[in-house]
Amino acid sequence: MAEHYDAPPQEHRSPWMDVWLAFRNHTGALVGVGVFSFMVLAVLVGPFLHGVDPQYLDILTRNAGVSWTHPLGTDNLGRDVLAQMLAGGRVSLAVGFTAMLLSLVFGTAVGVLAGYFKRVDGLLMRTTDLFLALPLLPLLLVIIMLFRDTLRLAFGPETGIFLLIVFVIGITSWMQTARIVRGEVLAIKEREFVTAARGIGTRERRIVVRHVLPNVMSPIMVSATLGIANAIITESALSFLGLGFPPDFPTWGRLLFDGANFISITPARVIWPGLAISLTVLSVNYIGDGLRDALDPRLRGT
Amino acid sequence: MTRGRAVSRRRTLTIVLAATVLAACGPDKAAPNESLASEVENRHVNVLYWQAVSTMNPYLSGGTKDVEAASLVIEPLANYDDKGEMVPVLAAEIPTRENGGVADDMTSITWTLKRDVVWADGTPFTARDVVFTGEYCLHEEIGCSADASFTDVQILEALDDHRVRLTFSVAKPVPYGPFVGAITPIIQYEQFKDCTGIRAPECTAENFGPVGTGPFKVDEFRANDVISFSANELFRESGKPWMKTVTLKGGGDAASSARAVLETGEYDYAWNLQVEPEILDQMATAGKGEVVMAFGTNVERLVVNQTNADAGFGPERRSLLLEGTNPHPFLADPVVRRALSLAIDRRLLVEAGYGPSGRVTCNIVPAPPSYASTANERCRKPDADEANRILDEAGWIPGADGVRSKGGIRLSILYQTSTNSVRQGTQALVKQMWQQIGVETELRNIDGGVFFGSDPASPDTFQKFYADVQMYTSNFQGADPEFYMAAWVCEEAPDPGNQWLGTNVARGCSAEFDGLAERLAATPYGDERFEIAKRMNDIVVQNHFLIPLVWRASTSARSMSLKGVRMNPWDSELWNIEDWHR
Repeated sequence: MAEHYDAPPQEHRSPWMDVWLAFRNHTGALVGVGVFSFMVLAVLVGPFLHGVDPQYLDILTRNAGVSWTHPLGTDNLGRDVLAQMLAGGRVSLAVGFTAMLLSLVFGTAVGVLAGYFKRVDGLLMRTTDLFLALPLLPLLLVIIMLFRDTLRLAFGPETGIFLLIVFVIGITSWMQTARIVRGEVLAIKEREFVTAARGIGTRERRIVVRHVLPNVMSPIMVSATLGIANAIITESALSFLGLGFPPDFPTWGRLLFDGANFISITPARVIWPGLAISLTVLSVNYIGDGLRDALDPRLRGT
Repeated sequence: MTRGRAVSRRRTLTIVLAATVLAACGPDKAAPNESLASEVENRHVNVLYWQAVSTMNPYLSGGTKDVEAASLVIEPLANYDDKGEMVPVLAAEIPTRENGGVADDMTSITWTLKRDVVWADGTPFTARDVVFTGEYCLHEEIGCSADASFTDVQILEALDDHRVRLTFSVAKPVPYGPFVGAITPIIQYEQFKDCTGIRAPECTAENFGPVGTGPFKVDEFRANDVISFSANELFRESGKPWMKTVTLKGGGDAASSARAVLETGEYDYAWNLQVEPEILDQMATAGKGEVVMAFGTNVERLVVNQTNADAGFGPERRSLLLEGTNPHPFLADPVVRRALSLAIDRRLLVEAGYGPSGRVTCNIVPAPPSYASTANERCRKPDADEANRILDEAGWIPGADGVRSKGGIRLSILYQTSTNSVRQGTQALVKQMWQQIGVETELRNIDGGVFFGSDPASPDTFQKFYADVQMYTSNFQGADPEFYMAAWVCEEAPDPGNQWLGTNVARGCSAEFDGLAERLAATPYGDERFEIAKRMNDIVVQNHFLIPLVWRASTSARSMSLKGVRMNPWDSELWNIEDWHR
């Protein structure tokens, strides 16, 4: 007891401070944060600095190389590649994040409920199996065909499609998260501290929120990072099939697809969007990696 | 059609890449003891159709890819050569009034068949096969895709083993619809006799492997993938075909199939290359192949919806003509349609998307010359000022966002087409041109398989036309536009009554046009016929139901070693495959 009193008061740290200290030691994660912040900042601020309309066509300057007016050159219709990259990044990042959040919330909820409450386990897991068994692309086709016009009328072509795509991607990618989370929850709910909490009369809701959820944070983080990548790529595939955004509405995935045939004429059209997608996915993965290590007290400090 | 190929500056990377590719797949079969193997390989031709072939029976498909694949095996009585002239194939000669083949009252035509033609299974080819083919397509339950060619056919009869007479219900001055061209080839009675009517689609073995009289026969058919052919030893012309085997592969897209012929040399022939001109040029510098093209009647056009396609409407009203009671809120205004056409700089569209394989056109029937109208040449020069002026005059006033409106109706257009990078480029250009006259455009692209799929259950087919404006290419076979233009009469507007297969996709109606269509069918070749056809073209174009944009060449690629390819825009591109050699 006496030693505790002797401990200097400034060494008292909040748990979040511990997390930050551990996170700070993860070089990959720090670089990831740097790259990712740069991406976000660039797409948010960039269009104000580089004030070229990404959709403006100037056929006279098509397939142009690097110049002061077009720092990344132009495409085959004379659109500025940098402006398109910045505009496309906004959409791609927004789609990636929102869809990831949606699938994360949904997947975690299903996973925790199924793992913790035995009564709904069978039902929820069979539903998960059902969704896993559904062929993704035909399902997307049907959903988009059914709701496209309704949403377009209600929210306009771009917002409507944004909501639809985010929803569609979210609703078709939560299953893995649900399964992983359920497995972890099943293991954790048998642990002593949960039994103890139950023993002193803690309510179920509180046990889930205070004791179970923080312990399944690491698999959730990993799912989240993979989810962003997945969402960006699914959006590209949809755009390519003509089911996504209007064809002149740039997203990284669409820029990449459109540029593919021009790889030997204007390589910049493929390199930049490809690099942007890769860097985003990679940096988010590293951030997730660092967060997982930092959030897990057993790994922290090793 | 020769083609000037500008050699633009290349990046070193391209040259290095191309050189590597060349080195990797160059001809390395020089060893003398392999001469036999190389001879077999030499006499094999690899053809690439990026739209995969789904059936070998053109009566059940109508897709160009299926018709052309089938043309290797089954043949019509006559087809069109690369000049658009009719040449006899299974017929001994082309029936005319001079040689007595066409009756003086023009209600019947008698075809005389070549003698000693045998099917690939050795049985003789007779008039019974021809009559059977006609009955097969005319059967009420089959849903024959070539039935337009059989319009007004009343009686089909075999006069003897080598003569067939077709009698029409009306006088047909131009009776060369049935059995002419690759869309109506002769199928074998023995093989298909149990496959008529409702059973037609069920005869998979027959539809995938028809017995024919053509230069090749089917060895293996894998639907939507690859077809293997080998030479028909019983082909009527001795010593032909020069090629012993053919592989016809489907799948991929236009750019990758162009690459396979022009750049890597894996394939000998690739079909329908709607690819940006700079990409084709760049691929062609690899020296493995060359682009072949010929101008037929392909016209890339905008189709302007004359009915209300409001997404708020249910299927009982949306894009339905309903006898003119459902007009489009603003595209029914001729001033708006005219302004849309005036604003378009067609020269730019050609330059960006087509290069030498496209020309500016103001006519929906651009060829042959005798049918091409000269009354619309003003469209070659875009005039956005005039467009703005007439819109102002008609009361369409720009709002705060620059978009014109009148009485609460905004000029906001949903513009759809199939997924293809050239088409998306054209869409973007047109959108910008329309922006200059205060018209807002939303673009949509739909997968080609769906858009052209004609599935009555899909909302995204070009016939359903749940949009304001759409763009695609269409053409006609042979050198006479009668059936082509007859398709745009008022009553042909697509609706549930015709399973959405109606052909007047713009849903535009003109009493004068409908009258002329009837007159055209009854007018023999000559100046009067040409004038009527031109007038019909002018009605459609000047009413801007259809806005012609680009006259497109049929564009394919052949490898340098493949000789004898004669590009034919009037019939199947593979029409003379028996003459292909190395």
